[in-house]
Amino acid sequence: MTVPGRARHLYVHLPFCASRCGYCDFVTVVGRDAEHAPYVDALLRELELERRLLAPELESVYLGGGTPTLTSPAALERLLAALPRAEEVTVEANPETVTPALARLLSRNGVNRVSIGAQTFHMHLLDALERRARPDDVRRAVHVVRDAGIDNISLDLIYGIPGQGPADLARDLAEALALEPEHLSAYELEAKPGTRFTHAHGGELERQAESMESYFEHVVETLTAAGYRWYETANFCRAPEHAHGRDLRARHNLGYWLGRDYLGLGVGAVSTIDGRRWRNAPSLRGYAASLAGGERPARAHEELSPQVRRTERVMLGLRLDEGLPLAGLEQALDAVELERLAGAGLAVRRDGLLALTPRGRFVGGAVTARLLA
Amino acid sequence: MDQDHIRNFSIIAHIDHGKSTLADRILQLTDTVSAREMRDQLLDSMELERERGITIKAQAVRVQWKGYELNLIDTPGHVDFTYEVSRSLQACEGALLVVDAAQGIEAQTLANAYLAIENDLEIVPVVNKIDLPQADPDAASAEVADLIGEDAGRVLRISAKTGAGVEAVLDAVVERIQAPAGDRDAAPRALIFDSSYDQYRGVVAFVRVVDGAFRRREILRAMALGTRFEAQEIGFMTPAMRPVSELGAGEVGYVITGLKDVSELRVGDTLTSEKRPAAEPLHGYKDVKPMVFAGLFPTESDDYPELRDALEKLKLNDAALFYEPETSQALGFGFRCGFLGLLHMEIVRERLEREFDLDLLVTAPNVAYRVKPVNGEWVEVHTPADLPDAFDEVEEPYIKASIIVPKEHVGAVMELNNDRRGRFDHLEYLSEQRVHLTYELPLAEIVLDYYDQLKSRTRGYASFDYDMAGFRPGNLARVDILVGGEPVDALSLIVHRDFAYERGKMLVEKLREEIPRQMFDVAIQAAIGARIIARETVKARRKDVLAKCYGGDISRKRKLLEKQKAGKKRMKSVGGVEVPQEAFLAVLNLNDGSKR
Repeated sequence: MTVPGRARHLYVHLPFCASRCGYCDFVTVVGRDAEHAPYVDALLRELELERRLLAPELESVYLGGGTPTLTSPAALERLLAALPRAEEVTVEANPETVTPALARLLSRNGVNRVSIGAQTFHMHLLDALERRARPDDVRRAVHVVRDAGIDNISLDLIYGIPGQGPADLARDLAEALALEPEHLSAYELEAKPGTRFTHAHGGELERQAESMESYFEHVVETLTAAGYRWYETANFCRAPEHAHGRDLRARHNLGYWLGRDYLGLGVGAVSTIDGRRWRNAPSLRGYAASLAGGERPARAHEELSPQVRRTERVMLGLRLDEGLPLAGLEQALDAVELERLAGAGLAVRRDGLLALTPRGRFVGGAVTARLLA
Repeated sequence: MDQDHIRNFSIIAHIDHGKSTLADRILQLTDTVSAREMRDQLLDSMELERERGITIKAQAVRVQWKGYELNLIDTPGHVDFTYEVSRSLQACEGALLVVDAAQGIEAQTLANAYLAIENDLEIVPVVNKIDLPQADPDAASAEVADLIGEDAGRVLRISAKTGAGVEAVLDAVVERIQAPAGDRDAAPRALIFDSSYDQYRGVVAFVRVVDGAFRRREILRAMALGTRFEAQEIGFMTPAMRPVSELGAGEVGYVITGLKDVSELRVGDTLTSEKRPAAEPLHGYKDVKPMVFAGLFPTESDDYPELRDALEKLKLNDAALFYEPETSQALGFGFRCGFLGLLHMEIVRERLEREFDLDLLVTAPNVAYRVKPVNGEWVEVHTPADLPDAFDEVEEPYIKASIIVPKEHVGAVMELNNDRRGRFDHLEYLSEQRVHLTYELPLAEIVLDYYDQLKSRTRGYASFDYDMAGFRPGNLARVDILVGGEPVDALSLIVHRDFAYERGKMLVEKLREEIPRQMFDVAIQAAIGARIIARETVKARRKDVLAKCYGGDISRKRKLLEKQKAGKKRMKSVGGVEVPQEAFLAVLNLNDGSKR
């Protein structure tokens, strides 16, 4: 466990977007270019207020959004320059925002990993998702980032989009693999309640749910066959033997899945440190106003009981291909179910570790629900 | 009153043919009940009886008419209570057979008329509702006269509603029905034809004194059961209780026993004096056994103690009700209850829900079976799961069904009865239009939806009654339903082997629809012993994951998971398979309703 004041993972939220995608339920703000600089000021103030929570050496910094790369270049550069150094610094980018100038800006400010929201290479599916990027934007963005000297690129893909047939998915995967990304995230589209997207496509998604049931398996099979390691439920990285021995797993996100402490800055950002979790209020104006006055922003706090922490360790740890160390988690697990699931070939227990089999990982949500005491 | 001036009689009629209205009119006409006290259908005291228009508990009322003491003994109007009816009739010398002038004879009229004839009663035929525009008194009179071999001219025509002709009925009771015969000087004997429970005074027995006399404070004995008690009070009803010091041969009245349990005093038993006991009891006592069984479970498991208390209270007043605790994988803690028949079951269920405010799940009813296990003794089985895997013989209860139907529907009735393993017995034209059919049928074929089917296939015209006809050997098998290889007790059923495959297949298909997909394939099987006769598979889910989970939404994802976990806790686990309770209910309903 991390000693208080020693968080080694830092998340920074940049909420600005050019437009809001219909399926998105993140904290985002459209337009308001004039607010970028004041927002960065506020972020840096919050960093100062919380800096004592951070370890001297950070393992990762992650700029997520929103669309971090939409932030005005001057403000973005000022932010990056002021953030602490870390072994892995990731910025999320939308393909259409990636210009050579931006890539150079990121590179010279210590960014060594870029996560590009490709989602799909099909026009009609991009339209369904209300994404602004065109298929060519993705390819171009990858090359531009590489040209700037950043050698760790992740592509986000979404599958299960209304109207996406099996052939569409196969082609998306082939297109993505052709770009040889170091890392791939593949998410099934979630029709989140209350989003515009669910309103428009929810019924359709339900109808095609059964025909899309095999997509997850298809994604895993294709990517592992192409030499990628399925290291987390929705995440793949080029295996070390295909990557000159590099461990290309997302170190920042591994921090979450391993239950480590992290500090989050910005509107709606969440921090979890030493059994306490808090979420900043989502209002941009309120956030900026509080920090301008030297105050911490409004936050919702949550105390994590030992049992809740164990539950989270199981929930998160079982998403990984490496086993979950069982020591200290016995109380959180149902021993009878564990035996039963092992008997059914869904989980394995060895050397004090609990891991799901590939078959178990496909139904990992249900397996986890049963494993928990 | 000397015996010559006593007349004991009942009214027998089909439901809604006017029995209770006639009884009310008699009470009024004889000034037994003043107009002010009068409320319609006074004899039906329970709320439920009044609402359903049927009489559950028999009572006896004494009225005075032209110097005679008339005892009107009310009878329960339904087939499930045939035994009680027959005991009530045994307490009488005569009966008014009431037939609706518009409807004519119905199945129940027949059943009760035959019972009356068996008991050597003088039958006074009465055609009621002659004031109705659609009444056809001539046709109805002809039918009744034909049935009992009486001259049509002797059939009385009345309107109990308006009172027209009711005086003539009372005169006929005096003139045509014999006075009771018993020997006033013999050792006392009284027939118990009904009993009820009073929370302050204990069991009240309704009796017809046959011989001798009974006095207050005497020690009495019930001859069949051997129960002894002191007669705390004796008297007659007007219908209010009127204590007297003595009830003599021929008289009808009540005895307050102080007993705390109705099962200590059974209908049909003979009371005698402990001091001067009779040598022989009156004939005809039977130990009535429940024939139809069902599981009663509280919808909320917290209500189990309330259900137990309610059953205890009902049982005080209903010696025929049987119950024992039952535990089901699917439905939790409840009771297996035995009933005389379907109506009895309905009445108990409604009283539990209405008078005790309980929400109940009632499983599909099944009948009692008699089985001789291999190298074992005959035993009775009340729940399908208790039927042993191996047995030499098994018997099921049969009924003799009596159906009256317009002739154009005879074909439909025959088809239904053939489907239900019925054996044709007899067909007879009651009139040019109406046919009386008798069949022998396994009771098991009746308990599900037979009555509804009969009504729908004859557009509501058929009337139906039945009598238990004893146990007969059956080519029966227990079909088990297995989920994930494990039998589900609540879903076992006993069926004729010819229907086993069809029923098993239907059940597993229904379960497949109801059981949510799991992480592995789930086999749903129907089996007779070790032999699988039907199988369905709930295919495994191929994916069930939360697509993404990062630092910002760990709490939300955890709560989702906890919700999922709580949902699973509400399911029953059978062979490692999570089965929602709704799945069991859907299958139990299937058993209940859409059998074919």
